[in-house]
Amino acid sequence: MILEKVAETRAASGETPMLLALRNVGKVFSNGVTALSKVDLTIREGDFLSLLGPSGCGKSTALRLIAGLSTPTSGQLDWRGSIDRSNTGFVFQEPTLLPWASVFDNVWLPLRLKGVSRAKAEPAVVEMLSRVHLTGFENAVPRELSGGMKMRVSIARAMVTKPRILLMDEPFAALDEITRFKLNNDLLELWQDERFTVVFVTHSVFESVFLSSRVVVMAARPGRVHGELAVDAPYPRDEAFRTSPDYAALCRQASDVLVDAINSTAGSHHDGH
Amino acid sequence: MTAIEDATLKLDPEEARRARQERLERIGKWVLPLAIMVLAIVLWDRICVWNEIPQYILPRPGVVLQTLHNDAGLLFSSLLVTLRITFLSLALAVIGGVGLAVLFAQSKWVEMSFFPFAIVLQVTPIVAIFPLINIYVNNQTVKLLLCAWIVAFFPILSNTTLGLNSVDRNLRDLFKLNGATRWQQLRYLRLPAAMPYFLGGLKIAGGLSLIGAVVAEFVAGAQGQSSGLASRIIEAGYRLNAPRLFAALILISLTGILIFLVLSLVSHLILRRWHESALKQER
Repeated sequence: MILEKVAETRAASGETPMLLALRNVGKVFSNGVTALSKVDLTIREGDFLSLLGPSGCGKSTALRLIAGLSTPTSGQLDWRGSIDRSNTGFVFQEPTLLPWASVFDNVWLPLRLKGVSRAKAEPAVVEMLSRVHLTGFENAVPRELSGGMKMRVSIARAMVTKPRILLMDEPFAALDEITRFKLNNDLLELWQDERFTVVFVTHSVFESVFLSSRVVVMAARPGRVHGELAVDAPYPRDEAFRTSPDYAALCRQASDVLVDAINSTAGSHHDGH
Repeated sequence: MTAIEDATLKLDPEEARRARQERLERIGKWVLPLAIMVLAIVLWDRICVWNEIPQYILPRPGVVLQTLHNDAGLLFSSLLVTLRITFLSLALAVIGGVGLAVLFAQSKWVEMSFFPFAIVLQVTPIVAIFPLINIYVNNQTVKLLLCAWIVAFFPILSNTTLGLNSVDRNLRDLFKLNGATRWQQLRYLRLPAAMPYFLGGLKIAGGLSLIGAVVAEFVAGAQGQSSGLASRIIEAGYRLNAPRLFAALILISLTGILIFLVLSLVSHLILRRWHESALKQER
């Protein structure tokens, strides 16, 4: 439904409409730490946007603000259309599954909380599991799965409600490289089929460039947006892209911005004292 | 046949030693405790004979067994009385403990306000409270139940409270994101997450409810108002009927062991698919 609407809007206007804008957003914790300061960021419908930065730059805080798990101290979040939190999917760094529940029940959970019965949810759950290549594992419990498979369940759970925005908080950071590459590819495939919006938090230059259409680089103390890089390489991106000179050049650009961001923090740190 | 021999041959000395060790441990786990038990009983019997200890001080194991058989009617009807109190109080401890824990879990304020009362109930010796209960409560069964309940409910309350509060923070966020109601969060997240803790408390409470029942009977029995196993023990003590005393004691012990085993089995069956404690150790 939502996707159709998006497609219509796109066709009508000829350009990608804005989905969400963070305007001058700041967040100060009760212990006095300024996690975010004056963040301006526009997320467009269908973006694959990465938030890239060193630890402590507030990228996870920004994600939690977007998810509605936390409220901004200053500034505001403007959503196009109505804000419906149930249209948000969230993938944590850990798979965060219910350990006592089967794979099916874990994916069913968001629908179940909305009052959808098992029988009614089954087509959506089964479809989502096949999309993440987990058909046949419906009755397994999480501990019987590998780390990568658990993360697939987590993604299926986030996507089963067909959210218009998917928020991912360093989802593949704990996985080995081979598994991570595979999940990168599968995630892109899913995104290309459905064209939902993704905000992807990562501290890996290579991962952010491979996946995203936009890389937003953040700096720390206080957390802020330092710069942005458009990744113009066309989709679909596959293993060939991963070894291409274009990719290497883009990674280099992103890396330069990141180094600059880190230095800006170190500079202000020295200036401040 | 040859394949198996080949496989054995291929094991290096260290692995072979480990395999042998494991085999021995598997057998020893059962044989050793049994052997020691049998040895202890034989020794008990020999000590009685060698020292010519009179039956009213320390009866020989054979005599105890004989008494267990001869007085079976009397002893088992008493056991039933004790068991009834034990299981009723355990059931009430589960209902009360889990109910209070769920109530506490609704709000930190409720927990902070009322948890001290639970601790007061727990730390005051039941033997000291019983005379009061004796004054306030008329019904014999209710009296005993109340005693056993006070002893047994605390581990369930304390463990379940801990479990309900030990939910993964990300999972809580996930439920919040999906607009879960308080009831849904309890039903689908906090109660299942508290299950291993609750079952741990249940195992302790099972033993305690038996102890509570026996202690309550003891205190009540001293006033000649009870017909449970404890009163049989007191009675046998007055009459210097040591064999019956021992027989009753053994019955109580066996009951305790049985309760523990059954609750352990229940716990294992519920947790075996997902919880670390119930998983086979892998190397």
